[in-house]
Amino acid sequence: MVPLSWYLALSAVLFTIGVVGVIIQRNIISLFMCIELMLNAVNLTLVAFSRFLGDVTGQLFVFIVMTVAAAEAAVGLAIIISLFRSRETINVDEADLLRL
Amino acid sequence: MLKWITLAPLIGALINGLFGKRLGEKVVGAIACLSVAVSAVLAFASFNQLTHASAGADGVRRVTDYFFTWISVGAFRADFAYLLDPLSGIYILFITGVGLLIHIYATGYMHGDPGYYRFFTYLNLFMFMMLTLVLADNLLLLFVGWEGVGLCSYLLIGYYIRKKEAGDAAKKAFIVNRIGDFGYMIAMFLVFTTFGTISFVDKPGAGGEIVRSFLVTAAAMPVEGLWVFGTMTAIALLLFVGATGKSAQIPLFVWLPDAMAGPTPVSALIHAATMVTAGVYLTARCSWVVTKSPTAMLVIAVIGAATAIFAATIGLAQNDIKKVLAYSTVSQLGYMFLACGVGAFTAGIFHVMTHAFFKALLFLGSGSVIHGMHEEQDIRKMGGLRKYMPITFATMFVGWLAISGFPLLSGFFSKDEILWRTFSTEALPPGVGNALWGLAALTALLTAIYMTRMMWLTFFGQERFGQARPGHSNDAHAEHTDADHAHAALGKPHESPAVMWIPLAILAVLSLIGGLVGVPAAMGGSNHFEHFLQPVIAEAQPFGHTTPVAHSVTRGEVGTPTIDGREAAASESHVAKSEEHHDTSTELGLTVLSVILGLLGIGIGIAVFSKKPLRKMPKTLEEKYYVDEIYEDAVIQPIEHLSRDGLWKVVDVKIIDGFVNGVARMFGDISGVLRYTQSGFARSYAAVILLGAIIVIGYFSYIALR
Amino acid sequence: MDVNTLLNTIEISHILFLGFAALCVVAAFNVILQHNPIYSALALIIVLCTLAALFVTLYAPFIAAIQVLVYAGAIMVLFIFVIMLLNVREEESKTDQQKYLKYLAVPFFLAMLGEVFAVIKTVGAPPASANPPGTVESIANGMFTNYVLPFEAASVLILMAIVGSMLLARRESAADTNLIEDALNAANRSTPMPAIETVREIEEEVAA
Repeated sequence: MVPLSWYLALSAVLFTIGVVGVIIQRNIISLFMCIELMLNAVNLTLVAFSRFLGDVTGQLFVFIVMTVAAAEAAVGLAIIISLFRSRETINVDEADLLRL
Repeated sequence: MLKWITLAPLIGALINGLFGKRLGEKVVGAIACLSVAVSAVLAFASFNQLTHASAGADGVRRVTDYFFTWISVGAFRADFAYLLDPLSGIYILFITGVGLLIHIYATGYMHGDPGYYRFFTYLNLFMFMMLTLVLADNLLLLFVGWEGVGLCSYLLIGYYIRKKEAGDAAKKAFIVNRIGDFGYMIAMFLVFTTFGTISFVDKPGAGGEIVRSFLVTAAAMPVEGLWVFGTMTAIALLLFVGATGKSAQIPLFVWLPDAMAGPTPVSALIHAATMVTAGVYLTARCSWVVTKSPTAMLVIAVIGAATAIFAATIGLAQNDIKKVLAYSTVSQLGYMFLACGVGAFTAGIFHVMTHAFFKALLFLGSGSVIHGMHEEQDIRKMGGLRKYMPITFATMFVGWLAISGFPLLSGFFSKDEILWRTFSTEALPPGVGNALWGLAALTALLTAIYMTRMMWLTFFGQERFGQARPGHSNDAHAEHTDADHAHAALGKPHESPAVMWIPLAILAVLSLIGGLVGVPAAMGGSNHFEHFLQPVIAEAQPFGHTTPVAHSVTRGEVGTPTIDGREAAASESHVAKSEEHHDTSTELGLTVLSVILGLLGIGIGIAVFSKKPLRKMPKTLEEKYYVDEIYEDAVIQPIEHLSRDGLWKVVDVKIIDGFVNGVARMFGDISGVLRYTQSGFARSYAAVILLGAIIVIGYFSYIALR
Repeated sequence: MDVNTLLNTIEISHILFLGFAALCVVAAFNVILQHNPIYSALALIIVLCTLAALFVTLYAPFIAAIQVLVYAGAIMVLFIFVIMLLNVREEESKTDQQKYLKYLAVPFFLAMLGEVFAVIKTVGAPPASANPPGTVESIANGMFTNYVLPFEAASVLILMAIVGSMLLARRESAADTNLIEDALNAANRSTPMPAIETVREIEEEVAA
């Protein structure tokens, strides 16, 4: 039987990779994918705990997270399309209207 | 009941102020007069109640009316409560009485004025404030009235809002009064810190014990030496500073002549009969404090005498009928303060009352003349008016004789009383009283002369009003009815309507007989007035006696309210009375002398001005000794200069603005630096979030795993 | 220790886990290191599939199934669809305005990882539950009894996302576009704020 901490370690690695990806990627679509990566890392943790605690709630959580991820992807990609239409770019650094 | 005396005019003011515009002249006038009439009736009833009240433990009859406790903070307590004692009793009688007459008169005088309701609102409000002033049972409530009458004075002087000079005069009056008010406030603070109370009557304290009135406490204190500036002297002098502002004494008298820019009934009510005597009231009310300081007494007496003669000489050379009366008022107020300064507070109050009668009469008469002359105020353009305005002439004639000190008229008794008490005073250093008497007697002579001049130029001699330019108006008495214009076109003076001359007649009668309540003993009278006032007024200590009579010890032992300074002072006054009998012959001699002076003044006046009425008066006098100009150069200009070049250009622009702008610039600079953290790049924000997460997780795991 | 004992101590589940985990991590690195988003997307699909396999090892067949169906299927198709739609060329020519982030990435990565491992090290090894809860029946039971409200909320969220994405992605009319362009141009003019300018003018006047 694989111990719980292995899953947690894998999850941590995945999550950190996702975080670092957000920092180093400039392509807004890749950025989104990094976020998906982080969500999946969390999902793994939830399922692992669900398994080891014998509680189905963790898996229900994962289900909700997936729903949110789907919604987020839909809206986010719509925003990306909208952004691309107006600015002709998907580089996040170009989307800098917040700057004075 | 007392509160309704004051509230009646307030209600009138509220009704007129809120709805007056729609009510029409008749109703507004009726409401205004009625509210004052109610107040007057209640005042007389209260006074009657007072005379039948049994004397309190300290020999003073009082009627009190507690309304509510206004401020109660720690030991400090200020009630909204009214106190009627003989002093305030006399004041409310003549305030409501004269006030009612002037209200009635004003309904005629202000007829046709577009601001009719506004005028009566202010006038009623003034009545409320003035009555609050004299009925107040503590210094703070008195100050409310004090400021209130100042406000109403401001509003009414500036009543003709389209006239710049009226507005300027109003501001001048207000600002000059502020200077005095400052003294009053400091005095009030000082009274509280010294005595722990500002009440005129004993009050229950926080712990149920009785807090003695500061007047009672002061009565038991030792007299301070001359030129010793102790607490009593400070309080007395600061109160006097307040009084000089309100009562137009040197050096703060300059506002009163300018205040004549207001309508004439206002001049009569506020600037002659009532408000300007508030300073005398204050001094008399606090006589228990004032008499403890020979220094203050001396200052008050000297200022009073100086003001009296100073204003009288100016009055000699004025050509505006109201200005003459204004300076006359200042001069008479000087008399009242002279009386206070020599310790004859009752004589001062007596003069306040008689002066209210005859000066209100003279002002209203002058208003009638102005009205009849179609807003002409220059006496050089009058003359021979007695034919056209017989009633006005007759009543003013009485006022003229009264103020000139003609025997048996009201002014004669009160002025003579002041002169005698000045001459015989023991409260001042030896010789001072005699010198002041000299000044006062000279003033009496001058008074007779300038009043004669004014009367002569107005009512006697050649008719000079034909030269008056039509439409020329000093008193911008707004638009008149067509009928009035028709009269103006004729250019003939006319007698005023009955609603105006009836108050004149009543005041004339009062001026005739008003003095009889205070006929001095030397003339076979019993001086009811003085006896009535005696208990509430302190008797001045003879000069040189620095300790109050032994009662302070007694009071400490017994501690009952019956034994206090007032009784002791009263008993001493009896001793003084007996000594006075020796001087009866002197007193009578002086009386004869002052009568001669009065008649001489009238004679000189007639002799000089009947031949050559438009005689050129000395320029210095005509220009009022250039006091306004001196103030302009010595006070106003430096202040303006300081304000402009110091306060504005340095303090405001450089320091305050510099500070504010500096703070703003500092934040601007800091923000300019901090701005770089807000790059607007989503990724750098993400990096910062990550850094934050690392720090927070690191911190907590350090805490947990330690 | 001979090979036999070593082989005996190694369970098949360990091998499975290590294999999938290694694949997963490599693919994850690929996601973040690829310049072309299409490669990133493909790598992400691998990550999702390996995670689905790991879910199976955790006795969560239902989650594993929808992971493949919804995530690797629907969502990733959406991603790839958008990538294809936009057809973005590689943009290496543009200079990176925030190069420093690249150098920060490694230390941040190590710091974060170190911290999380330090925490995980303290987690004990609880015994696996005897009856794993991952059946469809148990999930349905939980979802439609205790967690029906979150479930409904999630469905409303999906609805909102559908409407929102339609609104965002629809092509604006010409007037709208002009408006937006005007606003963007105005924002790009990078003029200083007028209020600050006024203050400056006043100050200059005062100074003069």
